[in-house]
Amino acid sequence: MLGISKKDMTILLVVIVLALCAPFILNPFPTGSAMAQFNAGYPDLMQRFVIFGIFAIGFNILFGLTGYLSFGHAAFLGVGSYSAVWMFKLLSMNVVPAILLSMIVAGLFSVLIGYVSLRRSGIYFSILTLAFAQMSFNLAYSVLTPITNGETGLQLTLSDKRYLGQSVTESGSIPVTNFFGLEMRSTYDLAVGGWNFQFNAGYYLCAIIMIVAFYVSMRIFRSPFGLMLRAVKSNQQRLNYTGINPKPYTLAAFVISGIYAGLAGGLMASMDPLAGAERMQWTASGEVVLMTILGGAGTLIGPVLGAGFIKYFENIFSKINDTVLHQWFAFMPDGLEDVVVFIVHPFVGKGWHLTLGILFMLVVTFLPGGLVEGGQRIAKLFKREKAPAVPPSDPEHHPKETPHVAE
Amino acid sequence: MGILEVKGVNKRFGGLQALGDVNLSVAENTVHAIIGPNGAGKSTLLNCLVGKLIPDTGSVMFDGQSVLGRTPYEINQMGISRVFQTPEIFGDLTVFENMVIPCFAKRDGSFRMHAFESVVQEQDICLQAEQMLVDVNMQDKRHMHAASLSRGDKRRLEMAMCLSQKPRLLLLDEPTAGMARADTNNTIDLLKEIKSTRDITIAIIEHDMHVVFSLADRITVLAQGTPLVEDSPENIRGNPKVREAYLGEAA
Amino acid sequence: MDAVLLQILNGLDKGSAYALIALGLTLIFGTLGVVNFAHGALFMLGAFCAVTLSRILTLSFETIDETKVDFLGNPLKVKTPYVESWFGPETGGAIIDWAVPLSILFAIPVMITIGFIMERGLIKHFYKRPHADQILVTFGLAIVLQELIKYFFGANPIPTPAPDVFKGSFDFGVLLGYDPNVIIYPYWRMVYFLFSTIIIGGVFAFLQFTTFGMVVRAGMADRETVGLLGINIDKRFTFMFGLAAAVAGIAGVMYAPINSPNYHMGMDFLVLSFVVVVVGGMGSLPGAVLAGFMLGILESFASMNWIKDIIPGIDQIIIYVVAIIILLTRPRGLMGRKGVMED
Repeated sequence: MLGISKKDMTILLVVIVLALCAPFILNPFPTGSAMAQFNAGYPDLMQRFVIFGIFAIGFNILFGLTGYLSFGHAAFLGVGSYSAVWMFKLLSMNVVPAILLSMIVAGLFSVLIGYVSLRRSGIYFSILTLAFAQMSFNLAYSVLTPITNGETGLQLTLSDKRYLGQSVTESGSIPVTNFFGLEMRSTYDLAVGGWNFQFNAGYYLCAIIMIVAFYVSMRIFRSPFGLMLRAVKSNQQRLNYTGINPKPYTLAAFVISGIYAGLAGGLMASMDPLAGAERMQWTASGEVVLMTILGGAGTLIGPVLGAGFIKYFENIFSKINDTVLHQWFAFMPDGLEDVVVFIVHPFVGKGWHLTLGILFMLVVTFLPGGLVEGGQRIAKLFKREKAPAVPPSDPEHHPKETPHVAE
Repeated sequence: MGILEVKGVNKRFGGLQALGDVNLSVAENTVHAIIGPNGAGKSTLLNCLVGKLIPDTGSVMFDGQSVLGRTPYEINQMGISRVFQTPEIFGDLTVFENMVIPCFAKRDGSFRMHAFESVVQEQDICLQAEQMLVDVNMQDKRHMHAASLSRGDKRRLEMAMCLSQKPRLLLLDEPTAGMARADTNNTIDLLKEIKSTRDITIAIIEHDMHVVFSLADRITVLAQGTPLVEDSPENIRGNPKVREAYLGEAA
Repeated sequence: MDAVLLQILNGLDKGSAYALIALGLTLIFGTLGVVNFAHGALFMLGAFCAVTLSRILTLSFETIDETKVDFLGNPLKVKTPYVESWFGPETGGAIIDWAVPLSILFAIPVMITIGFIMERGLIKHFYKRPHADQILVTFGLAIVLQELIKYFFGANPIPTPAPDVFKGSFDFGVLLGYDPNVIIYPYWRMVYFLFSTIIIGGVFAFLQFTTFGMVVRAGMADRETVGLLGINIDKRFTFMFGLAAAVAGIAGVMYAPINSPNYHMGMDFLVLSFVVVVVGGMGSLPGAVLAGFMLGILESFASMNWIKDIIPGIDQIIIYVVAIIILLTRPRGLMGRKGVMED
């Protein structure tokens, strides 16, 4: 069905179920219980899960398949956000035209950057994309202030035209983003026992778009086009001598991933209509690289897992402060408790980035295939007890030993 | 008029004259061997034929069209396939996927944006690839990673990938270099079979005399970048000039 | 003409910093074949060596001066740095004043140690891994280093003044017959430029005239062959990494008075230094130095007002634009060697 194999259908169904039932799954602990701090079923957090999931899925089409490591994808995300906010300012608060425009603009922008950057490969490519992204960031921050509103970031105001909508609501405030009238911020609360589940319209829009994005990436992975992209990563020389021009294939992959990034940026702005230059900074590009690698570059489900994992722990870690730590380690003798809290302290709260950096190094060093590979290793351990390991037939689930970047 | 006509090709690297006035004509449906001592310019000549190098002067015509200034993939699309000295295959992909790619290249040309079809649904391509694997007796390895194949199998896979495109000219760059005797003999058998079952022209660069004399219809001896002599294997064997330049050194 | 001269001078110090970082990057890349995204962090660590030393030197004890009172009427607490009480106020004061130059002595062993630990502990395991993995792991390391600094020193820039002697500016214009105050140049920037020239010269002399340097140069040209000769190239490369770290570190130390150190200064410089390396030509030491100065000066020219009037914002992007043009027209960079990181 849908032109995909049974096995892929299962993966797709898992993703669909996870995405649609997220308000339940991410809220396992009753409100008010001690464990409630580990809940993640809040609309804005869930929105971030799926939006970054989309970003990572797109990045994976470039990096996972072709091995071209771009350090500039945040630029497309930023461009998408700016376009969407402009659409809200000029046209109406409907998210559909905004999202479409953000994809188109990011796509055009990525054609331009991709065409130049892909003249080179390997680390030159990484540096070129990095330079482009940094350049876009500088431009957005200073020169293009009329378009980007510089440091402050682009926001909606009461004086915006909104030719197809209204500038000001009857109550005198800025109108909110909507999907043909359905307000993105509208949330239905469902209280069951001690639990409180929140169903947010914006989240569901993002989730459905992510499912579509995931399905598209699945089709690409299984298509002849995807095969060519993997061939680009494996051996460009052979590809050339097999009568195939790798350039348009890689450019197409670059543009597709740019459009995904633009889509993510557009959705971000649709959920919260503002856009700032910091979204384009190269640390933001680094984050999506990390998500993809942590989940498992070149695998279908990996980027989604990586994005969820990072955004979840970012949220949890940022909430932990010394009081929480003391609660946790209260069972220890006093002196030891203080020592442990002192050691853990730098890694939580505002220190989340430190944890992230260490995680990054550990994953690249010990688990280059990411969580997916880790899961497979564990699965293999269990399987080995039952039957001798059979070489898996699916190539994408293998860690690559050959260089990621064409040399 | 041969299928491949090389006329007056010169190539210089700084002070080194790698190729000096090379003329070569490869007749259709023959096996033409190019031999010569190390540094004779064999590889340079080959690279000029496939678009990796551009000669300083001279012309290279394939089937009446010039190949000069064209990229390797364009030249491949004209009908020239190349087998490398060390097998160049897609190591990360399975054997089957390796076979599928050249079939797509043959059917769809150098670029086609077929992002929404599924590979497994392209039945004619899959059948073609499957058939080719059967031909080279590798169907049982179809799910293996190409990188994990033995060297001999990699060579066979590469050859099969080239042949699946039904090239008019197959270029072989020392296909038995570094191989054990048994593997070499297998390769010779494979090439003999290819020669007898297909309409194909083969140009082969080789160091191993055993291979050359078991396969070639014509032999060109290259020495110091210039063709010394071109003749049939029998005559080459007896040619004193060749003995001096090449066989003497080899013996 | 005077404006041109002024911009050249202004570009020199930034150019020197680019050149020093790019030199280290190239040394590491050329010898070890590793793309080090953490090199900017080394520069930043150097700057914080200066911060640390000046903090150590100003460690004080409190005494109560009964003769004076503060505005609340309590006896005034006077802080006296230990250094001043040990060496007397004059010598002690001078030592504190010269904290930044003194930090060089402090930074060299520290940075070499950090370099050794980095190479032996981490980078070593990545020689055989793909370049993408090297980029990623050093990127992770850069984040870790900068977050550690942020944790200990906070997020705000920390002013670290140069010695009093070097405060003020030198009037170049008068020397060349212009009116006073037309071409003025801060003394410390001049020091920085001279200092970088000496370091760069030192590194080149070291590579040119010592046996060690010769082996390293040979190793850069052809690592395998030198390895075959039975020379333990790995050990020398570890030392090379230490050296590159030290060069980046002292570049950072001396830069501290020019730009108050903050935790993300490394990243800011790294991106530009990569651009410098690429423009100069991957693996070419003279190329890195040349491109460093060239881009520094170019940036300075682009920030001239009348140029900014013609093309607004050009100062923000000039380096990137030049880099992109050069990479597209001369893919190997200005002085790149054939065969280094070719496609």
